[in-house]
Amino acid sequence: MTSPTVRLTDLRFAWPGQAPLLAIDRFELAQKERLFLRGPSGSGKSTLLGLIAGVLESSQGEIRVMDQDIGQMSGSGRDQVRADHLGVIFQMFNLVPYLSVVQNVILPCRFSKRRLQKVQENGGAETEAKRLLERLGLDDEALQARNVTELSVGQQQRVAAARALIGGPSLVIADEPTSALDSDARDRFIELLSEEANQTGAALLFVSHDSSLAPLFDRAVDLAEINGAAE
Amino acid sequence: MGVSILGLAWRSLMNRKVSAFLTIFAIALSVALFLGVEKARNAAKSGFDNTISGTELIVGAPSGQINLLLYSVFRLGNATAEISWAAYEELNARDDVAWTVPISLGDSHRGYRVLGTNLSYFDHYKYGQGQPLVLAEGEEFDDLFDAVLGAEVAKALGYELDAPIVITHGLGAGGFSDHENRPFRVVGILRPTGTPVDQTIHISLEAMTAIHVGWESGARNPLADSITEEMVRSFNLTPKTVTAAFVGLKNRATVLRTKRAINTQMSQPLLAIIPGQALAELWQVMGTAERILLAISAFVIAVGLVSILTSILTSLNERRREMSILRATGARPVHIFTLLVAEAAVLGFIGAILGAVLIQVIFAIAAPILSAQYGVALMGTGPGLVDLYTIGVVTVAAFALGIWPALTALRRSLADGLTVKL
Repeated sequence: MTSPTVRLTDLRFAWPGQAPLLAIDRFELAQKERLFLRGPSGSGKSTLLGLIAGVLESSQGEIRVMDQDIGQMSGSGRDQVRADHLGVIFQMFNLVPYLSVVQNVILPCRFSKRRLQKVQENGGAETEAKRLLERLGLDDEALQARNVTELSVGQQQRVAAARALIGGPSLVIADEPTSALDSDARDRFIELLSEEANQTGAALLFVSHDSSLAPLFDRAVDLAEINGAAE
Repeated sequence: MGVSILGLAWRSLMNRKVSAFLTIFAIALSVALFLGVEKARNAAKSGFDNTISGTELIVGAPSGQINLLLYSVFRLGNATAEISWAAYEELNARDDVAWTVPISLGDSHRGYRVLGTNLSYFDHYKYGQGQPLVLAEGEEFDDLFDAVLGAEVAKALGYELDAPIVITHGLGAGGFSDHENRPFRVVGILRPTGTPVDQTIHISLEAMTAIHVGWESGARNPLADSITEEMVRSFNLTPKTVTAAFVGLKNRATVLRTKRAINTQMSQPLLAIIPGQALAELWQVMGTAERILLAISAFVIAVGLVSILTSILTSLNERRREMSILRATGARPVHIFTLLVAEAAVLGFIGAILGAVLIQVIFAIAAPILSAQYGVALMGTGPGLVDLYTIGVVTVAAFALGIWPALTALRRSLADGLTVKL
């Protein structure tokens, strides 16, 4: 219970031929912690998430996710960590257009044996997907059968949340997931997401430029404060 | 439950139905064209090789091997010279010759050639794998003015037994140079053979001589009409010349020696050819055109395959988001790669199968028409190994071509990471 879900040490990152974008000496996200990371557009938030998710490689420093040094891992090793332990929610367009709602939700179970095993313990992927959808307020069978492109943005984001949470990941990364929602839907979405993350035991790293959301989380961090590269 | 990568590829294609359908359609058409050319080519070749069988030599006046073959077997073109009856008898009397069938050409009936011969023609002329000519109705000619029709002649002109026929001098369409004073009667109709025999009217050599009594100058003598049928029948109707002769040997092994002997040692210069050799030489002439056609249709398949590339490559831009979602949910590069390669292979596979089915449908529709209109029997056009090979090759080629868009998507999805800005 002691090692944090994410720990960054002396992280340096720059896009090729550009000035350093990120210089983070120390950053930690504890297990089950719900952290709000604030930063304006272009401040390197998405890049930071890419590094933690293991789709980008840092030039320097250590990135530990689930106590594994993913900076030292091969691409496929990082892919495995992401598949097994991470759920990701984007700003919008989260869903694969040609899959059904349920198929979208169980997608991570196709790429991770660990998550597949977990959902099978809970009665199978489809049952688990429907249970998560239900808890996120999408219990309507007719709605679940709809083409995902016919769902409202709010509904789409909740499907994406269910997908991020399926199979009990250790960390859910949310990159401005509420920016397309009105304030009522936004608060309800964050509430549901926090609740479910808590339920499944996942830490939540929520990134947004909107400081007004900060009170909804355990802790809030300003990227500019921890990023030494920021002017 | 979950969706396999192939399932993802399939659903993704179905999500772009119109584009996928058009691509499959292009592949199907190109494969159908290729298989159609290939099958028609084989059918034509086997039909061609089966035109004459069991005849060891064809003997005519010296011209050229293909020329002799064309007029004696295919009823195409004309003999430039004939062989005398004496030369024919000399040929027939040779020790190494088992049988001969004399044939006399030159006249026609409503566009169909008239062939004068004797009854040995029905015994010895074989086609296909040695199939003999068989009468569908009636009998072989017996009386002087009897005629036996090929199947297509009877069908196309609607002739039945006992129908009267007037033969035209030469190959005109009929009219002012008819032998209308010597009408023939249909006594027999042959079964279809798929060879030029179907388009031939057979009469006796004597009849051929008889209708030309009074035509010795090449046109009708004003006195010809005054010669009655009784008078004609009383004449000696042994022909003075014949056009060519089919020859069977006592021993097939002597064919080359006999051929050389006939070409060099007869009292009249003659040309003997081996039908198989002449057919092969003639096919070579046509074969070039046929191989060019095959090459063109192979290129059309290549064009069809390129349409797979086009459709997938153009879809990649709008699918960057899809790829990054898949990556974010744990798909590895190999999954992205497999997804796109599988899409290409699925397009190629379905297209090729549809193409193979399409050409069978086309042949099924066209075969009765071709056989009714032109007497051409398409044989061996059914599904075969060539279809399997073609489907296999097209699928593998599509798979291989899919590597290109797959690598592109892979490179982009690695560079995009999780953040595609749309």
